[in-house]
Amino acid sequence: MRLTCPHCGARDLREFTYGGAVLDRPEGDWGPEWDAFIHLRDNPAGLSREWWYHEKGCSAWLVVERDTRTHEVVAVAEVSR
Amino acid sequence: MRLAKGGLIDRDRQLGFRFDGHGYTGMEGDTLASALLANGLRTVARSFKYHRPRGILTAGSEEPNALVTLGRGAGQEPNARATTVELHQGLDARSQNAWPSVGFDVMEVNDWLSPFLGAGFYYKTFMGPARIWERVFEPVIRRAAGLGQLSKEVADLRFDKAFAFCDLLVIGAGPTGLMAAWTAAEAGADVILADEDFLPGGRLNAERAGVGGQSGAGWAADIAARLSAMPNVRVMTRTTVTGVYDQGTFGALQRHAPGARMQETFWRIVAKRSVLAAGATERPVALANNDRPGVMMAGAVRSYLNRFAVAPGKTAVVFGASDEVMRTAADLRDAGVHLAAVVDARPVTGGQDMPLRSGAVVERVLGREVEGVVIRHADGREERVQADLLALSGGWNPTLHLTCHLNGRPVWRDDVAAFVPAPEAVPGMTATGACNGDLTTAACLAAGRAAGQAAAESLGLTGALPDLPEADGADAGAMPLWVVPGKGRKWVDFQNDVTVKDIAQAARENFRSVEHMKRYTTQGMATDQGRMGNVTALSVLADATGRSIPGTGTTTFRPPFAPIHIAALGAGGQGKGFAPERFTASHAVTLSMGAPLIEAGLWYRPSYYPRAGETTWRQSCDREVGMVRTRVGVCDVSTLGKIDVQGPDAAAFLDFVYTNTMSTLPVGKVRYGLMLREDGHVMDDGTCARIGETQFVVTTTTAAAGLVMKQMEFAAQVLRPDLDVRMISVTEQWAQTAVAGPEARALLNEVLDEPMADGAWPFMSCGAVSVGGIPARLFRISFSGEHAYEIAVPARYGESLFRQLVAKAEARGGGAYGMEALNVLRVEKGLLTHAELDGRTTAYDLNLQGMMSKKKDFVGRAAAQRDGLLDPDRPRLVGIRPVGAVKQLTAGAFLFEPDAEKTRPNAQGTVSSVAYSPTLGHFVGLALLKEGPERHGDTVRMVDHLRGIETLCEVCDPVFFDPEGGRVRG
Repeated sequence: MRLTCPHCGARDLREFTYGGAVLDRPEGDWGPEWDAFIHLRDNPAGLSREWWYHEKGCSAWLVVERDTRTHEVVAVAEVSR
Repeated sequence: MRLAKGGLIDRDRQLGFRFDGHGYTGMEGDTLASALLANGLRTVARSFKYHRPRGILTAGSEEPNALVTLGRGAGQEPNARATTVELHQGLDARSQNAWPSVGFDVMEVNDWLSPFLGAGFYYKTFMGPARIWERVFEPVIRRAAGLGQLSKEVADLRFDKAFAFCDLLVIGAGPTGLMAAWTAAEAGADVILADEDFLPGGRLNAERAGVGGQSGAGWAADIAARLSAMPNVRVMTRTTVTGVYDQGTFGALQRHAPGARMQETFWRIVAKRSVLAAGATERPVALANNDRPGVMMAGAVRSYLNRFAVAPGKTAVVFGASDEVMRTAADLRDAGVHLAAVVDARPVTGGQDMPLRSGAVVERVLGREVEGVVIRHADGREERVQADLLALSGGWNPTLHLTCHLNGRPVWRDDVAAFVPAPEAVPGMTATGACNGDLTTAACLAAGRAAGQAAAESLGLTGALPDLPEADGADAGAMPLWVVPGKGRKWVDFQNDVTVKDIAQAARENFRSVEHMKRYTTQGMATDQGRMGNVTALSVLADATGRSIPGTGTTTFRPPFAPIHIAALGAGGQGKGFAPERFTASHAVTLSMGAPLIEAGLWYRPSYYPRAGETTWRQSCDREVGMVRTRVGVCDVSTLGKIDVQGPDAAAFLDFVYTNTMSTLPVGKVRYGLMLREDGHVMDDGTCARIGETQFVVTTTTAAAGLVMKQMEFAAQVLRPDLDVRMISVTEQWAQTAVAGPEARALLNEVLDEPMADGAWPFMSCGAVSVGGIPARLFRISFSGEHAYEIAVPARYGESLFRQLVAKAEARGGGAYGMEALNVLRVEKGLLTHAELDGRTTAYDLNLQGMMSKKKDFVGRAAAQRDGLLDPDRPRLVGIRPVGAVKQLTAGAFLFEPDAEKTRPNAQGTVSSVAYSPTLGHFVGLALLKEGPERHGDTVRMVDHLRGIETLCEVCDPVFFDPEGGRVRG
């Protein structure tokens, strides 16, 4: 598997670390939305939006859109600052 | 038997080799298989289950029979296919799975017992408790059935790994692949052309038909040479592409030429486009005793005749249902082999000078090695002919395995009676030529050129199209030919001894799904992964279940396409290559002082520094602890993670990643900090030093440095993009040395360019200093409870500074201390490491709930509020000390009420860290105990079930030494 880092170009999987599904961090005290953020994950057959960390490259956290059925990588973008 | 002339061999280069201990001679250009045939050997192996004698069936990597062991001793290689082993001087090969010899194998008794050993016999026969299976059945079966053996010794591994990148990867250098590579290369593409053979050309080397006015082999050699000379082409012979992976990644195994320093290299090739030109594999016909030595694929017969100038027999029968029957017969006749019968299942005419049997079939093979065949004529008449070679052609299966590696399912084509690759089965890959069902040379050349052109154009490249050479384009008129009716065992999977009867039986027992049939019969599960038999097996299953072949489906082809040594996949990972080694700046000094090393993650740190007269680690450790408590000790602490955090919002950012507040920290001060995971548990602790208004240096534990960096980057980039902050790891840029003990200040003043003034540099201060003219950073922090500092210099000065500090410390009666002493010092003070921060503990568990700010948000804040994480019943940090007759404490032991039964449900907690304190004269321990802080003064029983140690302990405060902290501030 290869991901095209917006900074570094196409790189091998082994440079990256998976960071889980892209989710919004809730605000405020503990509640169901925090439980969902920490524990509950969809298991999509199809498009999946994921965080990936270019740990052995530029240290950027990336948002990868990928199809879990075909492994096609649809998009790799920098997390917007 | 070697023919007098012809072949792509060098008759001037005779090569001596051994097989089963006997000496033979072959020629340069031979494979082991062709050399064995040239020397008249027929039985070279035994089958897996029935130990049937087996000969050489093919001339390629699909060979299911002729598996041999190469070499002797530690590096011996089992299960090498004789058909792919390049002959070389001194080659030492042996047959396997046979005792006492391949000619007479006592386990052939299995063949007589075969009526009892059919499909599923394991499941039906070896019933009983698991213990009997493990102790009796399995060892017996493993001894009886099997392949070659490893030496089980440590071998000198000559394997390597490599990476390559290209525009276009062409897999297979037959007519299709050569044409594709040539066309794309002329257009300017960077091309890798990989072929598993040591000679490019594919079938062109095995056939007599010409290409472009010269021999096929000559044309292939010319084009291969031309490609090799092009700067944008890499021709990789002896290279099998073994797997297709996502985003254009391929695995490829390159076997190096005999005598090379390396044996094999495993490549990872990344290609923008690929052309699969893997050709096709000829399939056998299922007829009675079709596995006997002397039965050979017709295409392989032509390979041995034309490429290796070897006649695989003296008297031949050819059988099939296409024009290739006549082609094979003509090649045999012209090589001087007597033709006993030429049997074409189709009604055909012609071949006046041939002993043609039109519309007939070969029904049975006679003899242990082929002595003759039984021919059944269309009118039912039986004819017996004598022969020692049966050339068999059941049609061709496209070699489409690689197109299935990303879940592609082949599609059936009636016109070629075979599966072909699904279009777009692999993104960016075009399967073309014979592996796509084009079975004539002319069609392959044209398809290859078109694929090469299309690949180049998709890369935005165009160039002059090479002319298509003239070649044979006549269709062979093949008729499907799967199973010949009649009695007897008809082999489908030669290597795993699966017959037509086994598959029919599986269907009868309702294993009708192809995947079930495969597992029940073991069809296709041998080292050849069903390359010879899978499609035939499908046809048998289809017949037995009344379905069509495409309706029956196919099994899944997975990587690797051909066997790969695990040593090749793991090349470089043996011994020291297994993991990188990280050394501190003081490493050489540490070694010169004779310190044993201990691993901390990838780092190597000194365990203790032995001195003359010390015979145990405890003696050295106790002395080092005493040095720090009474004089001064020096320790390299560079392995701790150091992260430089800068930016206008650096302070606000650190407030977000630490539980406590860092923004209120004045410049020149250090604060202890705690980081949680988002789930509310403690991730790491460390110090945070404010170097300037907008610059901080934070430290992490050695083990969690990478984890903390990752979480901090996540927090900065994903969770708080509103904050203007940047960070970088400087762990390796700064060498940091701890100087601890009552004389720490005096010692440092000997090396500092400007000595510290009285009253300056209080506890938890930091700032810039100068050492020998070198800018350095000084932190007054302590992990021992003593008056202590950590001094950081650029890494290149680390060794020199460490050497000086140790020498000056020794002059004061102190010296270097290692990890053992460091651990004792911190346990005496109740300071934490990852023995306590084990990923399951919370700030509350560690009595650090006061560090959780209520005024701000931080990572883990919300989750840490959960009731379950604040339950008073949770195990919480305490100290323990022995109070009974037994004085020893052990880490990992359980704590119980003194009178409770010593069972898990009664456990009150666990011991996380222990040390013998030379300062206090007894063991001290840190433990996590239910309601611990409320139980100081109670007695508990420590039980180490593993070591059989029970110790009565008093629960106490975790700070054993200097609880008021006077020494650290003094």
